[in-house]
Amino acid sequence: MRTARLGWGGMAYLCRMVQRARQLSWAAASVGALMMVFTGPAVGQIAAPAAPYPAVVPDQPLQFPQDFGAHPDYRTEWWYITGWLRDEVGVERGFQLTFFRVRTRIGEDNPSRFAPRQLVLAHAAVADPATGRLRHAERAARAYPGLAEAVEGRTAVRVGDWFLAGGEAALAGYRSRIEAEDFGFELAFDPGRAPVLNGSAGFSQKAPDPLNASYYYSRPQLKVSGTLKLDGRTLAVTGHAWLDHEWSSEILPEGARGWDWIGINLHDGGSLMLFQMRDGEGRAMWAAGTLADARGEARRLRPDEVRFEPLRYWQSPRTGARYPVEWRLHLADGRILHLAPLMDDQELDSRASTGAVYWEGAVRLREASSDGQERETGQGYLEMTGYADRLRM
Amino acid sequence: MSALLGRLFLASLLRRRLATALSLLAIALGVALGLAVQLIHAAALDEFGRGMRLIAGEADLQLIGPREGFDESIYPVLALRPEVAEASPLLVVEARLPGREDSLEILGVDLFRIARVQPGLLPLASRAGDEDGRFAALQPHNVFLSAEARTRLGEPQLRSDGQSAPPAIREGMLWVQSGVRSFALQVAGELPGATGRLAVMDLGAAQQHFDRVGVLSRIDLKLAEGVSPDAARMALAPLLPPGLALRVPEAAASEVGALSRAYRVNLTMLAAIALITGGFLVFSTQLLSVARRRREFALLRALGLERRELLRGLLAEGAVVGLAGGVLGVVLGHGLAMAAFQMVGGDLGAGFFRGTRPQLHFDGMLIVGYLFLGVAAGVAGTWLPAREASRVAPARALKAGEAAHAGLPQARGRPAVGLSLLALAAMACLMPPVEGIPVGGYAAVACLLTAAVLLLPQLARALLPLLGRGQGVSWRLAHARLSATPAQAVVAGAGVIASVALASAMAIMVSSFRVSVDDWLTQVLPADLYVRASSSSGSGYLDDAALARIASVPGVASVDTTRLVNLRVSDEEPLFSVLARPVRGNWGLPLIAGSTARPAASDVPPAWISEAAADRLRIGVGDRLRLPLGGQMREFVVAGIWRDYARQHGAALIASEDYVALTGDRRINDAAIEVTPGAAVGQVAAALRAAFGAEHVTIALPGEIRAISLEIFDRTFLITYLMEAVTIMIGLFGVATTSAALATTREGEFGMLRHLGFTRSDVGRLIAMEGALTTGLGVVSGLLAGGAIAWILIEIINRQSFHWSMELAVPWAALASFAIGLVLLAALVARLAGARAMRRSAVLAVKADW
Repeated sequence: MRTARLGWGGMAYLCRMVQRARQLSWAAASVGALMMVFTGPAVGQIAAPAAPYPAVVPDQPLQFPQDFGAHPDYRTEWWYITGWLRDEVGVERGFQLTFFRVRTRIGEDNPSRFAPRQLVLAHAAVADPATGRLRHAERAARAYPGLAEAVEGRTAVRVGDWFLAGGEAALAGYRSRIEAEDFGFELAFDPGRAPVLNGSAGFSQKAPDPLNASYYYSRPQLKVSGTLKLDGRTLAVTGHAWLDHEWSSEILPEGARGWDWIGINLHDGGSLMLFQMRDGEGRAMWAAGTLADARGEARRLRPDEVRFEPLRYWQSPRTGARYPVEWRLHLADGRILHLAPLMDDQELDSRASTGAVYWEGAVRLREASSDGQERETGQGYLEMTGYADRLRM
Repeated sequence: MSALLGRLFLASLLRRRLATALSLLAIALGVALGLAVQLIHAAALDEFGRGMRLIAGEADLQLIGPREGFDESIYPVLALRPEVAEASPLLVVEARLPGREDSLEILGVDLFRIARVQPGLLPLASRAGDEDGRFAALQPHNVFLSAEARTRLGEPQLRSDGQSAPPAIREGMLWVQSGVRSFALQVAGELPGATGRLAVMDLGAAQQHFDRVGVLSRIDLKLAEGVSPDAARMALAPLLPPGLALRVPEAAASEVGALSRAYRVNLTMLAAIALITGGFLVFSTQLLSVARRRREFALLRALGLERRELLRGLLAEGAVVGLAGGVLGVVLGHGLAMAAFQMVGGDLGAGFFRGTRPQLHFDGMLIVGYLFLGVAAGVAGTWLPAREASRVAPARALKAGEAAHAGLPQARGRPAVGLSLLALAAMACLMPPVEGIPVGGYAAVACLLTAAVLLLPQLARALLPLLGRGQGVSWRLAHARLSATPAQAVVAGAGVIASVALASAMAIMVSSFRVSVDDWLTQVLPADLYVRASSSSGSGYLDDAALARIASVPGVASVDTTRLVNLRVSDEEPLFSVLARPVRGNWGLPLIAGSTARPAASDVPPAWISEAAADRLRIGVGDRLRLPLGGQMREFVVAGIWRDYARQHGAALIASEDYVALTGDRRINDAAIEVTPGAAVGQVAAALRAAFGAEHVTIALPGEIRAISLEIFDRTFLITYLMEAVTIMIGLFGVATTSAALATTREGEFGMLRHLGFTRSDVGRLIAMEGALTTGLGVVSGLLAGGAIAWILIEIINRQSFHWSMELAVPWAALASFAIGLVLLAALVARLAGARAMRRSAVLAVKADW
């Protein structure tokens, strides 16, 4: 019989699964598959089956600010912020902050506040070219009022002293603070415009089967200001960021091996989100995107309107995984975009703790203008999963 | 010198094998007992500490409170403080295992917290193949067991009633009890980092299963970097509700150590007595041996043996006996400790370390220390005879006639010293205890014993004239001899005095204690039947529904209930028991002060406190008592003080209705039932068993509880009975050796008596009478001292060690028969010991004098 270390390890596994889920960015987490309530003999006095996860269905308009808050009935949910920071001397760095909420369907009939009905996890990273690799840290806890929670009605997620709060009104800003061993930041985010709905009015299909879907909106072009702490130095920073908020219930499509996702703040004030899901052979199973202009007017890109083409690979000295760190993106209207990383090594290697290995990093978007010269037209984040060896279970 | 030493001195030990063996044994016993007490305690404390460290893990501070737990609302407050890096909440459940007499400690943990604070508690699921294995530690029905718990609970248990209880783990399910209901938990894996008998499950599930929602037992804190435990305590203490305390994890072990200290000191004192009697035994055998070898030594001295060499040689004899005794004692001590672990666990039978399975450790320093004690006892015992022998001028000793005077040290009575020692003893009794140890009481006992020995000649002078003179030649001779030289009685009687004093003192104390406990049990158990779901901190309890069920059983006339909770009155004090029950009714209250009536004019509810509580808190009837109940400090007025032999650390009794009004806690630990007149108690008990399921409740008749309690009492004092027997044997042996020594030096005198017409048996009778008379004096003196020591034991040592008062109950008949038996035995022993002196022909014996 195989045994698996629980606790940090078990929780690590959970984090890993949630990470993987997020790595799909929109795919309903595979975490869900693990949530199946044990169906052994009826033991204890706790045998009442928990209510099922609600399905994600089209034509259910999102309501703000209500939908800025948590949707605890759904299996998984995340608030995912990525962005670029510039300090007073002009050094550019990337950062990422994610809060996950997971409904376990465990202990839902338990009056105890400690019942692990909901778990809250958080992940933060800073990409500093001077360091040459990512700094990252994570937190995990069962939901407990005041300590770890994702509240409804507005964005207010916390794990201990890490938090993301805001979204009290449609145009309200966000604040967040995280404190890790060798880095930390305290940032304010100002949206300035309404959320951009992805997919069909926020219903975002992840696979050919519409069952694999999520509710998904983005807040591109967030104006960022605050402080960044690196090894005890505190830097005043400004920049721009991108917030994704997504909730779903259904598991991933069969046969998915990995995914690639970008969220780019365009210099003209617009935004571009693209993703593709790859099968075992690396072929795209599904792709989609959203292109918005400076006023937030969005155009939905369908699977046949998006194509990812890898340009250059970088091999991780730690894991041996080969990541396509430079891409050429083909859009249906004939535009060709060039994606280049802030630095090659933005692999998130947390095998020592959570075990997750993927690439999540700051990238520049370039586009050839009419004169044939290539210029930077945007900055954002690229996420690539499923390139490392199969995760140990 | 060494060859000489070997041939002259050590060889002499071999010649008197029995005497040497006995002295050696006594020393060995003292060493063994002392060492065993220390070893057992060290091991138990070590084991307890390891358990604590495992559970505390890397915590810097622990929040503790009542054993029954506290409201969890303090948890987020602490967890969010900047001083706190991580707060790990725990619910500790002492789960009752239906039908079994053992229990299992189940820790409800937050998996996400223990990883950083108590990694030793991390569970390992054994079903990783299944998808649900990932969340195994969060599933509410899953429990993870340490290897020891898994082994032990998988086996049937032999109950104290002789029946076999089923395994608690059956087909992969662990059966536990909450209230009066049992349910099964899935054994989902193990605890690779844990030792001892332990189980871990999800905190939320534990709260739900055991009906403790909203309750935590402990919060372990890992402090932020750079924050010291003291600083954190200063900052956090003001946030804590009353009854909760923050302490460093190590404090738990020292608290337990402090609890058992008085008991250990008592046992160590017994060991010291054994060692001293061992030393005395060496003294009396050496005395005899030196007397016998007097001329030999004189010759050696004449041949050139230095005085110092002689002294050294004799001391070496004592040292060798002491060393051999010490070695044997060290071996025996380890054996005793090992046997104790096997039989009673690490608590020395006193219940301080329940459930720990200690391992024996070898401690070199400790062993050397006890060896040294053995040698010291041997050397000390030899010191006087050796000095005496080395001082004698060889020319005098070679003259045969000198033997009669010089063979024995001419001990003189020292009335002034004796009387001042008595005064000192009286003063020592007034001393308050030092850190819970009755130092003054022990000092008084030592003073009294010494005084009794020193005053023996005075006693002889006072008593001997009272005894008739007319009974015959032998009697008159014996009488005359003792009257003339009462000092010799000191030597022979000292051992008797010491052993009789200690034995009679212990007998009086134990008898008083036993009678008082018996009375107390009768008083506190007046009902016909008692029903209990589990011990106070266990997961079994009775609720209102269960009480209604009891009341509806035919034959039940009335039901009274007790709720027992254990609180912290202050940060320093150990747990304090609060009993909530009717003050009158089916439960008796053995009051020694105040009354059971509710004080009419009081604005606060009344409380009746135990003697220990009155002593520890220094309060009396009419004073105010503050108890942290239901998260608030509540005030009570002390309405009475009662005797409590069950809770050494103090207890207070409050009325059930007051308790429920203050806390809202309606749980019940015990129910006392009165049956209707004419109803058969046995049938009512059977009906109750049927109503709840025999495995869920314990139903006891007061007679059974009493018998069990007294059995435990007797077992606790078993070791003291053993010690009594040993000291008496040693006392008798002292009589034998001194008689033999005296007889040896008086061979000439006996020869003369033979010439004057005494038969051999007349001489034998004379020796027996002298022995009896000497012993009789020793016994009288010993009994007097014993009575006084018993008073000290009862009023000073017990009061200060355990805060127990008791009624004096002297076992007159037992003491009298013991005294008479001892005198007769002494006569016999003296007669046997003197036999050698009579063996020589009268002519030879007399001839030797010239």
